[in-house]
Amino acid sequence: MKETKLYEEKVVDAHEEHHEQSFIRKYIFSEDHKTIAKQFLITGIFWAIIGGAFSFLFRIQLGFPNVDLTSLSPIIGNWLTPQGKIDPEVYLALITMHGTIMVFFVLTAGLSGTFLNFLIPLQLGARDMASGFLNMFSYWFFFLSSVIMLTSIFVEGGPASGGWTVYPPLSALPQAVSGSGLGMTLWLVSMSFFVVSALLGALNYITTVINLRTEGMTFFRMPLTIWAFLITAILGVLSFPVLLSAALLLIMDRTFGTSFYLSDIYIAGEALSNQGGSAILFQHLFWFLGHPEVYIVILPSLGIASEVIATCSRKPIFGYKAMVYSLIGIGILSFVVWAHHMFISGMNPFLGSVFTILTLIIAVPSAIKSFNYIATLWRGNIIFTPAMLFSIGLVSFFISGGVTGLFLGNSVIDINLHDTYFVVAHFHIVMGSASFFGLFSGVYHWFPKMFGRMMNRNLGYVHFWFTFIGAYLVFFPLHYIGIAGFPRRYYSFTNFEAGKIESFMDLNVFVTIAAGITFAAQFIFLFNFFYSIYRGRKASQNPWKSNTLEWTTPVNPGHGNWPGKIPKVERWAYDYSKPGAKEDFIPQNVPYSKTPESNLPEDEHH
Amino acid sequence: MNNKTKSRILRMNPNIFLVWIFMISISMIFVSLVSAYIVKKGEPGGFNVELPLMFYYSSFIVVLSSVFKQLAYYSAKKDNFKSLKIYLLLSFIGGLSFLFIQYLGWVNLVDGGVYFVGHPDGSFIYILSGVHAIHLISGLIFILVVYVFSIKFKIHSKNLNLIEMSTTYWHFLTFLWVYLFITLYFYNI
Repeated sequence: MKETKLYEEKVVDAHEEHHEQSFIRKYIFSEDHKTIAKQFLITGIFWAIIGGAFSFLFRIQLGFPNVDLTSLSPIIGNWLTPQGKIDPEVYLALITMHGTIMVFFVLTAGLSGTFLNFLIPLQLGARDMASGFLNMFSYWFFFLSSVIMLTSIFVEGGPASGGWTVYPPLSALPQAVSGSGLGMTLWLVSMSFFVVSALLGALNYITTVINLRTEGMTFFRMPLTIWAFLITAILGVLSFPVLLSAALLLIMDRTFGTSFYLSDIYIAGEALSNQGGSAILFQHLFWFLGHPEVYIVILPSLGIASEVIATCSRKPIFGYKAMVYSLIGIGILSFVVWAHHMFISGMNPFLGSVFTILTLIIAVPSAIKSFNYIATLWRGNIIFTPAMLFSIGLVSFFISGGVTGLFLGNSVIDINLHDTYFVVAHFHIVMGSASFFGLFSGVYHWFPKMFGRMMNRNLGYVHFWFTFIGAYLVFFPLHYIGIAGFPRRYYSFTNFEAGKIESFMDLNVFVTIAAGITFAAQFIFLFNFFYSIYRGRKASQNPWKSNTLEWTTPVNPGHGNWPGKIPKVERWAYDYSKPGAKEDFIPQNVPYSKTPESNLPEDEHH
Repeated sequence: MNNKTKSRILRMNPNIFLVWIFMISISMIFVSLVSAYIVKKGEPGGFNVELPLMFYYSSFIVVLSSVFKQLAYYSAKKDNFKSLKIYLLLSFIGGLSFLFIQYLGWVNLVDGGVYFVGHPDGSFIYILSGVHAIHLISGLIFILVVYVFSIKFKIHSKNLNLIEMSTTYWHFLTFLWVYLFITLYFYNI
């Protein structure tokens, strides 16, 4: 565990006053939710670097298809053709791994694993998760899954290359593409462990939120972060088992020769004996997970944004209950829209129209959330911390990416746009960039609580502006390329009519350059992150003047979080700038009896 | 923690709650597999399978083992350690026999010409009973853990959480099989 060692020195002095545990129990096989959160974060960062680097590699192929990459051969060696171009099958493997890594390993495990673990006990006033033991297992199953996925990149034949959705029959038949051999087997094994990890985590998160809230922490006093995390965990418990089913049947088809997904196949001059299966079954099972999964990715970020925007606007969150109900609404709707990924799979048009309507209804809770973020910012006493900028950036991406969802969710327009770069543009903005921005926002905001030091603010600003402008420059032009009809996942567009490919070449060059700059800018963050763990300015106990309980713990909370009694919760989390109050924030543990000057008539009932 | 707060905040033993959520997530595996099976049965070109007689026997055995498990729980509640251990063992043996009879059921299926590799109408029966069997093994291990604790006199009327968890889980697995059996029965006539 190289990552763990990076911050061991720091944490050692923080823990001095506590009972001694062995090094291994404290930093490697730790049951402390804060340590597990950091393990998830650092493993997630590791994966994000790989996933980002892969995307830059295939962007080179798309922007500069004739460039000679021979100089890179010491690093990527046999991934190149003799002409120094990226091998077509490697290209497919790169896009597959980029998707798998970013969706599952970074934005599910890295994001949920970090903030759900870190914040649920701290913000609810619990000493730890319901089961620290299962929590530890959750991380180590994720680690095992990571090791297997990482291994698959280096095996003969390369990693899985049928796209991150691994549709059969491409993924079921080793003769279909070289990545469908050992690479695909490892993908399935790795993802099975990943599901186990996600489930163990989610079981713990739900149990902790329901059962381990401190005295006075009723459901409607919970910070919106916790609401978002709770819904995320519930989605995980209900949807990840379905991915396990899908993977199980695929494993059976691959290893034992069953026909769950296969029928009437003629490949490489050979007719296969498989009869009676259906490749569409896989799509149904996969997207029954896959659609809730995109909300598993975005909801924690929306929760983080609620907290950061309210704190840094010095205003109560606008429409607390509306926010809660729209989270629940998004959660419920996420289970009845999966077939909008399958409009062109030959489904009954009537069924398509049902899924269209259900999909478009998601615009309602999403719009409520966007409106409430903006209304919270409106005339607030805004403090532009880096976390705040990233949260505002999230709102921007959530809106501009969400709008294109209205087109894609419509089964008629989707006939034209399906599997084009328009889809790529849509989900990279609304799901990818938005949840990445939530992740960054969370790291900047809770870094002082995690490591007892502050990240450098100016580097944060530079990082934000490069990433914010960069992400738009990368993903916005893809809309045009998509509307022009360019399909996603293609290695090259040689079959396009003369003139068409050339007329969009400059846009592809532009996107690739923007992607390179944006990717490079992430190293500012990496430097800031690791440098600040050791050398950052020492943090005060409540650097953002925030109301939630985590800021009532010591600067470096030990095992058990609060040295003495757990604070009792007396009010909701959003008493910012309350008229008449001495300060512009009243933490959740301050009773109404201590604030007679600012109590409203209805507060007297508490 | 005073009583007033307890009434305001829903509280349950976290570990028992964990078991319930765990059962929900297992249910989702079977919900997805069963719905896939139902859709498959609705398509033309399939065939009906006559369920092996052994599946009828195994259903009876697994219900019986659940009854023993419940009796074990009652014994623990009454601090009757001797019958606690006997009933735990009986339910464990019931579970083991269930697994063995399921295996015989598979042999019956193969003899009847229904193979795992072939048309999904047949394969699904193996998948559903097989995935259930894997979960049943985890339930058996859980009973063993409870048995070891009961030998050490760590399970008694003041400490029922562990046996409650394992009993709930065991009943769930019984119910699951009965549900699968009825579903398979009605989709094959």
